[in-house]
Amino acid sequence: MKWRPSRSSAWFRAARTTRGRVGLLLVGLVAAIALLGPLLTPDSPTALLGVPFARPGSGHLLGLEYVGRDTLARVLDGGIRILPLAAIATAAGVGLGAFFGISAGYRGGAYDEIVMRTLDVLLAVPQIILALLLVSLAGASPLLVGTAVVLIHAPQVARVARAATLRAAREDFVKYSQALSDPPLRIMLTDVLPNVSGPLLVESALRLTYSIGIIASLNFLGLGTRPPFPDWGAMINENRIGIGQNPWPVVVPVALVAVLTIGASLYADALSRATAGIELGAEGVLVAPVDEGGRDA
Amino acid sequence: MDSVSPAVGQALPRPAAHRRPGQVARLVIRRVVLGVLTLFLLSLLVFAATQVLPGDAAQAVLGRTATPAALHALRLQLHLYRPAAVQYWLWISSLLRGHPGLSLATQQPVWNLVSSRLVNSAVLLALVSACAIPLSLLAGVVAAVRRDRAFDNVSSLLALAVAAVPEFVVAIALILLLASAVFHLLPPVSLVPPGTSVWNRPAILVLPVLTLTLAVFPYIFRMIRTTMIEAMESEYVEMALLKGMPLRRRVLAHALPNALPPAVQAVGLTLAYLAGGVVVVEYVFGYPGIGQGLVNAVNARDLPTIQLTVLLFAGFYVLVNITADVISLLLTPRLRAR
Repeated sequence: MKWRPSRSSAWFRAARTTRGRVGLLLVGLVAAIALLGPLLTPDSPTALLGVPFARPGSGHLLGLEYVGRDTLARVLDGGIRILPLAAIATAAGVGLGAFFGISAGYRGGAYDEIVMRTLDVLLAVPQIILALLLVSLAGASPLLVGTAVVLIHAPQVARVARAATLRAAREDFVKYSQALSDPPLRIMLTDVLPNVSGPLLVESALRLTYSIGIIASLNFLGLGTRPPFPDWGAMINENRIGIGQNPWPVVVPVALVAVLTIGASLYADALSRATAGIELGAEGVLVAPVDEGGRDA
Repeated sequence: MDSVSPAVGQALPRPAAHRRPGQVARLVIRRVVLGVLTLFLLSLLVFAATQVLPGDAAQAVLGRTATPAALHALRLQLHLYRPAAVQYWLWISSLLRGHPGLSLATQQPVWNLVSSRLVNSAVLLALVSACAIPLSLLAGVVAAVRRDRAFDNVSSLLALAVAAVPEFVVAIALILLLASAVFHLLPPVSLVPPGTSVWNRPAILVLPVLTLTLAVFPYIFRMIRTTMIEAMESEYVEMALLKGMPLRRRVLAHALPNALPPAVQAVGLTLAYLAGGVVVVEYVFGYPGIGQGLVNAVNARDLPTIQLTVLLFAGFYVLVNITADVISLLLTPRLRAR
């Protein structure tokens, strides 16, 4: 059986479930604020406009933050530095991990051992500590934060891709291509890759959620965006001493990060259910009991 | 171990030939060797990281405004004039003898700074484990037994939400709710004056423990829920049902022992994950643990402290993983025979 899950159909099927729809809606809402926000800012996000932690009112809908800048302007301007970085870093991490995982799983032998054991070293350090180690070397910068995210994702994605590759490599159509002596690179690209794209797709959606969390956490720790530019993670840390006077500069970014990550996670969950459905075969329910046992073996 | 093994045997009687102690020992040795190898490679990585710094370590620590004399002194202290291999050997050999060097920030022995923080973090870790593991195991079993009912749906959604949100957001949300904007029940920060114990004011422990408990709940919960559902649908539990065995006994004596090994793995992963989680959570609450120490060291570019802390974290991580592997192996006759 040579099934090739079409990407568009898994995306689409996930978006049709309740979970997927709610997830997309939440992500879309926050993404719209993050991407369109900089165009809508009423005041300059870096101008000092009054007393620190001034309460809402007098033209400042959410009041002022810890040095007297407009909270709303900084909220609207503070998402643009998280989302694109999260997306690019996730794509790079998944791409790198898929490359190593597929090639290690398909080629096997010493190459497999060396690649996977090397990646295991990265897995032996808690994620955030790996990021801290990197940032401690060259100072805080978005580029380094992105690199840290790539290095965090690559080993885990490689494991998933390798496991899926090992399953796909046992299939008849791969053996067929091998019997025709197709070059290994071509087999990996045309036979293996389409058949590991399901798990990789789910993994990408999950990884995107983690990326947002890691980037926001590093910014919260003061290791990402440099002042005076606003950023949701950094805003939460800067303004938490003033929660008693004006909680909004903390509450709004906290809510935005929470909604964004929960939405992404809901969609990832829907996507994982949708791709699991594909694996059961076109007849779905009819073949499900038979396939269920076969998949575990 | 022995308290659970008879239950496994009871549910799935297996011939004694499957229990081969030599195999377990061999696996433990293999895992330990791999773990030591991982730590060795990691120490190379941590060391190499200091070598690829723009300029050198002394420049990175002292910044661009450093005088040549200060740079020279620090380079002598860090052996930066020696070849890289010699530098690595000097560092790793003194580290293994228990002398990880002086902190560049305070000029005190790194170990003095790290050891009291280690104790504080261990207290946090122990409390979180004591709360989170039984709670999430219980919730997972109940959710599996009452699958697709209200409790299952609510706790599954909660697990999904909490797993998605970064720890610092959970922490700040709890501070907003319980310690500042809404209610004033708990202290919003967990400061401990130097020289005093964290036990002097137990209230400061509540929010960090609560945050980390929520953070690790989803992993154990989901794992035990999935494996329990599988076990409850298995033929031996169906058999027990047909024999008229009450639900409580089907769950406790038959399904649970077989669902536990993967859960042990989840608990191990959780503990390893907690090691990373404490970094952000300790920072949020100002709790004087090793995670907060690491953030401080990173901000101060205190390389000896960073290197030691990273290796300690990694050592803990490797140890927990080995322990989890061995325990789940001992709980699973099928794996033992492999």
